[in-house]
Amino acid sequence: MLKQGVLDPQGEAVRHALGSLGFPGVGDVRIGKVIELDLDATDEAAARVQVDAMCRALLANPVIETYVVDIA
Amino acid sequence: MTLRAGVLVFPGSNCDRDLVVALRRAGAQVSTVWHKDAALPVGLDLVAVPGGFSFGDYLRCGAIAARAPVVRAVVAFARGGGLVLGVCNGFQVLIEAGLLPGALMRNAGLRFVCAPADLFVGTPDSPFTNGYARSETVTFPIAHHDGAYFANPETLARLEGEDRVAFRYRANPNGSCGGIAGVLSENRRVLGLMPHPERAVDPAHGGVDGGRVFAALVETAAAGALQGA
Repeated sequence: MLKQGVLDPQGEAVRHALGSLGFPGVGDVRIGKVIELDLDATDEAAARVQVDAMCRALLANPVIETYVVDIA
Repeated sequence: MTLRAGVLVFPGSNCDRDLVVALRRAGAQVSTVWHKDAALPVGLDLVAVPGGFSFGDYLRCGAIAARAPVVRAVVAFARGGGLVLGVCNGFQVLIEAGLLPGALMRNAGLRFVCAPADLFVGTPDSPFTNGYARSETVTFPIAHHDGAYFANPETLARLEGEDRVAFRYRANPNGSCGGIAGVLSENRRVLGLMPHPERAVDPAHGGVDGGRVFAALVETAAAGALQGA
């Protein structure tokens, strides 16, 4: 997800579109992305360490984005 | 000495030839470097990273290219004082590689902007911009979808305080913080900018303002003043 304070023009455009469709009460829209990874790891903690390293190395841009890791 | 330049080529680069032509026209000796090469040609003074859509702009513009083998070599080259120029997608690659601060985000208007852009020269104090006068207005084409420069307030204050804004839009076309169109590294030897100086080097382009970037580099090399390279 984009960090708070980083302008999200796509979210703004979606917010306007929702308003024009008649959906009331939408204050702010932020658009992020979901990346699904199919890993060999069977240990949850190890997978989490591995994915966290991937986020820092490539998947997220820490200048503008935050990330959370969910293991299913 | 003749300026020796290497122009990187990634899958999806489309301004690599333009950069080669602009550099050769200014008098540089130019070779191209494929992204899978782990090392740069020996003896380069300048690495130029071209515009385009490297790796289809997947994940984030420039993100995949910034992890290519050749870019690891470019980072080492820059850390050793080498000159690096990144234009448009090349600027995005240099930011993703950590050679320049900030981020380039989707244009505030959400549209791809393709037009001549009037720019103020932010600083003539670099090997790329010493052919211009401070605050002079020049016109380079812009052509991008993700060119809104973003940095946190501390970084912006630092860039301004250290006179590292190389070019600034006269009329901000994309929502860039402070109207920033191009920034210099701390040692002033890495320049990234969204506008295309290589597309303004011939009267047939509609203007020749960009030619002075390449002329300045070539002249600095000829004067033997490219220390640190």
